[in-house]
Amino acid sequence: MPGKDAADTACSTIARSRRCGTGSLEGVARVVVLDYGSGNLRSAERALERAGADVEVTSDRRAALEADGLVVPGVGAFSACMDGLRAAGGDGIVDRRLADERPTLGICVGMQILFERGVEHGVHAEGVGQWPGTVERLHAEVLPHMGWNEVSPPEGTTLFADMDPDTRFYFVHSFAVRKWETASSETSRAPLVTWGEHGEPFVAAVEHGALSATQFHPEKSGEAGTRLLRNWLGGL
Amino acid sequence: MAVAVRVIPCLDVDAGRVVKGVNFTNLVDAGDPVELAEVYNAEGADELTFLDVTASSADRETTYDVVRRTAEQVFIPLTVGGGVRSPDDIDRLLRAGADKVSLNTAAIARPELLRESSQRFGAQCVVLSVDARRVPEGGTPTPSGFEVTTHGGRQGTGICAVEWAQRGEELGVGEILLNSMDADGTKAGFDLEMLRAVRAAVQVPLIASGGAGAVEHFAPAVHAGADAVLAASVFHFGQLRVDEVKEAMRAEGITVR
Repeated sequence: MPGKDAADTACSTIARSRRCGTGSLEGVARVVVLDYGSGNLRSAERALERAGADVEVTSDRRAALEADGLVVPGVGAFSACMDGLRAAGGDGIVDRRLADERPTLGICVGMQILFERGVEHGVHAEGVGQWPGTVERLHAEVLPHMGWNEVSPPEGTTLFADMDPDTRFYFVHSFAVRKWETASSETSRAPLVTWGEHGEPFVAAVEHGALSATQFHPEKSGEAGTRLLRNWLGGL
Repeated sequence: MAVAVRVIPCLDVDAGRVVKGVNFTNLVDAGDPVELAEVYNAEGADELTFLDVTASSADRETTYDVVRRTAEQVFIPLTVGGGVRSPDDIDRLLRAGADKVSLNTAAIARPELLRESSQRFGAQCVVLSVDARRVPEGGTPTPSGFEVTTHGGRQGTGICAVEWAQRGEELGVGEILLNSMDADGTKAGFDLEMLRAVRAAVQVPLIASGGAGAVEHFAPAVHAGADAVLAASVFHFGQLRVDEVKEAMRAEGITVR
């Protein structure tokens, strides 16, 4: 199977170029998928393994803080995800990791909750607030936005490096960030915003220092998703 | 930039095995759903659907095992339907690795099941599967002329198929799988009239099912309003390949992956 061969190659490349701490497989990126009661954790785990990571699914704070990479999944309602994340102390874990510039990746609602707030069915909920902006219902003829769509990554992207412009990823969501509210122009490292479109433009991915996120599901996006995860692992 | 129309092969699974014979070559075990899932994935399937036709509840454990093994091998969305009765059934399937679960008979018996499921797991993973037909002569008339059926299309319910799809949307389902029991098995094409009627009534994505027999049958279903097309036997018996279907749709100007 070509996918397996490619994963093996990626593994050995990482193994040659990295030396990780003790207690892990030597040279392989250690990734924790944060288990706070939301998301298809098993799929995320397997897709990351396939991309070459040593993966643990856990809600353990220490493991989540110490991992080379942290993945924050999430499906369902914004407010329910936020409640779950807070109950598991996940918001504090993300804060702490970013203060230490440790790579963190949000997926789907795991991306949405990184913004300031969400509005679903008239219910306003506060997000983690790493980025300015509001998650709200898309204006489109057919919702949820369900299926494979293209995205427009900016110059300098790491996540989408070496991918064809017509690469498609699997989306399933009705809510999204429809406007990027630029933070202070003094920001030293401006976020790299990747846009998607369904009825109107929306934020499909963000890369901002140690914090990255995708509105689509790389773990369900076949070969394209594996490449994206491998790109992320390559930066750990 | 537009979302691609999805082509979804459906596998009937009985006690963990694929139902009926298969023509695929180069398979170690043609009855293994996981191997077939990999074949479809390699041909470009955008999603997979398992329809669990297992009669005995004792054998349903094998379904969870099949879902688990498939989700570990194939990294595209997987929907599982058939015999799903409760939110706990859904929970088990999602935990096994399903991304979406389709509800049919149990939702007809108790529509609130749709709301409960959507609230607990999110609209994105709840699919309402509607087996519908034209109201036969002597049957109870419905506003749309289409009625919901049970028992594989053998029993009419008198429920209007279009109103039922709308109700499903109101109750929070994220998608509707519309199976035409009139077209099913005919290989004469999808039921375009029924697709148009349901499309006009709901905003959620609509999957066309029933009647596919040739590559040129798929584009008209999309033009009638389908966001995705599903077929079982034509893929299953190797009469059509997923990539051929996509090529034919692309030639008609439809966006495919």
